[in-house]
Amino acid sequence: MYDIENYYNAKSVEEAAALLREHPDSRIISGGSDVLIKIREGKMAGTSLVCIRDIKEIQGISKKENGDIYIGAGTTFSHITNDPIIQECIPVLGEAVDQVGGPQIRNIGTIGGNICNGAVSADSAPTVFSLNALLRIEDGNGGRTVPVKEFYLGPGRVDLKRGEILTHVIIPAEEYQGYHGHYIKYSMRKAMDIATLSCSVVSRVDTEKNILEDVRITFGVAAPVPFRCEKTEAALKGMPVDEKLYQTIEESIRQEISPRDSWRASREFRLQIGGEIAKRALIRTVELAGGNRK
Amino acid sequence: MIRDKVLVKCIVNGKEVAEYVDPRESLLDMLRNRLGLTSVKKGCEVGECGACTVIIDGETVDSCIYLAVWAEGKNIRTLEGLEKNGDLTRIQEAFIEEGAIQCGFCTPGFVMSATVLLERGEVLTREAIKKHMSGNLCRCTGYQNIVNAVEKVMKENAAENEGA
Ligand SMILES: Cc1cc2nc3c(=O)[nH]c(=O)nc-3n(C[C@H](O)[C@H](O)[C@H](O)COP(=O)(O)OP(=O)(O)OC[C@H]3O[C@@H](n4cnc5c(N)ncnc54)[C@H](O)[C@@H]3O)c2cc1C
Ligand code: FES
Ligand code: FES
Repeated sequence: MYDIENYYNAKSVEEAAALLREHPDSRIISGGSDVLIKIREGKMAGTSLVCIRDIKEIQGISKKENGDIYIGAGTTFSHITNDPIIQECIPVLGEAVDQVGGPQIRNIGTIGGNICNGAVSADSAPTVFSLNALLRIEDGNGGRTVPVKEFYLGPGRVDLKRGEILTHVIIPAEEYQGYHGHYIKYSMRKAMDIATLSCSVVSRVDTEKNILEDVRITFGVAAPVPFRCEKTEAALKGMPVDEKLYQTIEESIRQEISPRDSWRASREFRLQIGGEIAKRALIRTVELAGGNRK
Repeated sequence: MIRDKVLVKCIVNGKEVAEYVDPRESLLDMLRNRLGLTSVKKGCEVGECGACTVIIDGETVDSCIYLAVWAEGKNIRTLEGLEKNGDLTRIQEAFIEEGAIQCGFCTPGFVMSATVLLERGEVLTREAIKKHMSGNLCRCTGYQNIVNAVEKVMKENAAENEGA
């Protein structure tokens, strides 16, 4: 038996918001792959749960007329990876979440749970940051929309108030159209392991002029929250696509990120790997754009 | 405090089931303790080992981190539902032929993961097979024979499809 005090099942976002306000000791459960583990470990023992699995409106992926992509917070990783809209428009996100845990976890874990958990190792986070995603949050009273980088407050802490539910991760059309992305997860094991360091690069290349027009680089596990390398991005923008570009990203990243020592890996090791995976991810995005590597 | 049990209706191994469950109960406990389906093994209970793997609406799930109340309306398959008239399925036979079983504790979970994979009818590389089986741990066999068994049946199925 799980040590759960009370269990409430919400059928709509409004009902979930009302239940959360009515029961101040309760928290949301979606896939449960973080919450149930924490209950089992005792960290959340005795909590009450508001289940949002039966809320249809937060499941699945749709593309609006203006091209914006809405990913329901309750969509599981495997459904994201297999979704035709994701495969066509933002394959990098489908590939990133295909690196979470193992198949059973990907069939149950949701993107909403991954983001709201606030873990810096979350495999969806670097790509969601590099795509400049917006988060739609509902509270039954009009709600709000926030850029993802304002949502992460610290390790395990996100900007969610009591009674608020993340309903959609929105990728605006202008943030993905013309861009290509690549995510690299560096971990000790190939599967069932969380990232030692991870990096998602999303770039736009002018293949005629052979110029890197725009680039966004986000690291997981390099800081207390997912970390956008804005200095490096500014330095790379407008550079010709050649070996110098790849050398610059590698060196600049090692200046900009400040990973910590942990039992998983030392700071020096993470700096070394960081420069390397950022470079490799950028090279891959240029290849995907059909750009010239040399 | 939770006092009331909740009625859950679902299909388990092709049969309709209606059980009153505790909302704190895992699907693993419901399957083992209420339905006697003891092929569903209790290993780590935190989603790491895959010993408790069952198939829900065509997808593999660790039943230890799945609440029993979530089973409402679902189609659930366990190892007990695979055999037909006492005959094992081809993948079960292949596990025996390839020596993919030692203590056997992980076997039902592996067989369920292999079953969904084979039912998809894709022909995959060894690497891809390993990725699909990566949510299941085995402390005895060293995995090679398990992958051999899956690969063998995958090739047989592909040859049959070509012949047809
Ligand atoms: C064996 C194992 C391996 C794992 N491996 C990885 C891995 O490799 N990479 C990785 O990134 N993660 C991994 N995880 C962690 C976990 O699977 C993910 O973080 C997953 O995305 C959590 O989603 P969920 O729906 O299961 O979340 P839940 O456990 O249901 O919820 C997680 C948190 O988010 C809140 N929440 C959920 N949905 C919402 C919402 N819509 N609005 C507001 N708050 C919400 C909950 O209250 C809770 O605090 C692993 C977990 C396990 C058990
Ligand atoms: S017992 Fe469920 S994954 Fe280990
Ligand atoms: S055969 Fe013993 S754990 Fe796999």
